[in-house]
Amino acid sequence: MALIEARKLTKIYSQGESVFGAKPRGGNEVRAVDDVSLDIHAGETLGLVGESGSGKSTLGRLILRLIEPTSGSVRFEGRDLLAARGGEMRRLRRDMQIIFQDPFASLDPRFRVEEIIAEPLVIHGSHGDQSASGIRLRVRELLGAVGLDESILRRFPHEFSGGQRQRIGIARALALHPKFIVADEPVSALDVSVGAQIVNLLAQLQRDFGLTYLFISHSMPVVRYLSTRIAVMHRGKIVEVGTAEQITERPAHAYTRSLLEATPQLAL
Amino acid sequence: MSTTAISFRRTARHNPLAATGVVLVILFIIFALFAPWIAPQDPAGINLSARLNTPSHAHWFGTDELGRDILSRIIYGARISMLVGSSIVITSLALGLIIGSIAGYYGGGIDRFVNVILMNAFLSFPGILLAIAFVAFRGPGIFNLVLALSLGGWVGYARLVRGQVLAAREREFVEAARALGANDLRIIVRHILPNIIQPVIVQAAIGMAGAILAEATMSFLGLGVPPPTASWGTMLNDGRAHLFDAPHLVLFPALAVMLAVLSFNFIGDALRDYLDPRSRIEAGL
Repeated sequence: MALIEARKLTKIYSQGESVFGAKPRGGNEVRAVDDVSLDIHAGETLGLVGESGSGKSTLGRLILRLIEPTSGSVRFEGRDLLAARGGEMRRLRRDMQIIFQDPFASLDPRFRVEEIIAEPLVIHGSHGDQSASGIRLRVRELLGAVGLDESILRRFPHEFSGGQRQRIGIARALALHPKFIVADEPVSALDVSVGAQIVNLLAQLQRDFGLTYLFISHSMPVVRYLSTRIAVMHRGKIVEVGTAEQITERPAHAYTRSLLEATPQLAL
Repeated sequence: MSTTAISFRRTARHNPLAATGVVLVILFIIFALFAPWIAPQDPAGINLSARLNTPSHAHWFGTDELGRDILSRIIYGARISMLVGSSIVITSLALGLIIGSIAGYYGGGIDRFVNVILMNAFLSFPGILLAIAFVAFRGPGIFNLVLALSLGGWVGYARLVRGQVLAAREREFVEAARALGANDLRIIVRHILPNIIQPVIVQAAIGMAGAILAEATMSFLGLGVPPPTASWGTMLNDGRAHLFDAPHLVLFPALAVMLAVLSFNFIGDALRDYLDPRSRIEAGL
């Protein structure tokens, strides 16, 4: 059984809704995600590639139920996510986390690093020891895991570079020992060298903690480097899924080929 | 403490109006808090042999038609103005924060009801008219006065908060909190409100000026604090009959209202400039 089973996921955004909630006749619809079915197996990294606006991020958020789908279903370890109610859903969130594209926007500017990383622990009061000292200990562990120094605990996000902020975001995502992480273009806002460090960190964390990734990116080289399997998305649909080798060496779909041809041959 | 003094001096140089506002507000607050020790005479002490005296050494601001010392009454009046003004702002702000956050955060049908129907309904009445009707119905008194003026006051805050929450809830760190499993209350209170509070504080400072003016208006109409408690609005009303033979009866309370209102407006304007990074650079701060 796959860790994640997404079936016929569809998200339609309708535009031009009036003040009183009436839908305009024949109004514009955007099918951000269109009838997507996808399995993600435990321990693998599924790379999700596609151009900007192809619906990659929306799909990632639908799988985490950060956005409600228009139709379709998502099962996490066989449990129907869309049937989970408020409190139940919040508990399920411990097992699935997200790392954001923009490390400048994803950290609350008014929280100290300590509070940011401790927040999931405070919310769930998990891991037996929920005392202040227990949380502090866990925050230190997490900082070590993502390669940050304890001296930054009392500082605010704006004092850090993009790479450091992304590490803070990763530490926060790891805090609850999740099984599954959606990495939504985690390196595209960073310098190439910093991005490479983050990619290596993600790979190492996967080995250390047995994580499963959905790695979203528009960069074929990065996805090829990290992924076990690759799914190619185009205009809200998955056009091709296969092993990383299959997709990069023997692409079957014309769009995949054009995506590969558009990639500069850079070693990563 | 010394850095506060330095930054205050710098503010005073760049924005003398704001500094004047701060000094005056502090003065009014001191008046309000320590009125019994500051006021030279009993504000309600009637002395019919000294009616309508012009300002003199014994009575700096003169006396009113019952021979009461106007300076003392103005000092005591600061109590009512500050107390009622801040109560109105706090009540309106609390209502505005709660209603505005709910409308902005949940959106959809709730937002449509609050924003289109409820807020517009309240906005379509002049606030002071609503307050007059309310006090006429419930009777005068400080509590009813605050309630009456907050009834129309919350809408402005709610609209501001709604708009700000609407924008803030789309920010990524809010989504991050949701992904972590935070409930709505935690997201609103810990993440959204602290990030939108600055413009709300500016509005509250300016709202304080409006509230003081509204209190004076209500008291002037006899719908405020019952006599003999000194209120600037009541004093204006009492002095009305002697506008031409003893203008100081009207002059001093009018000056007090004007200075209080101006001070809070200056502070509000300065806060807005200070909190807006663009004008902050222009001001050289």
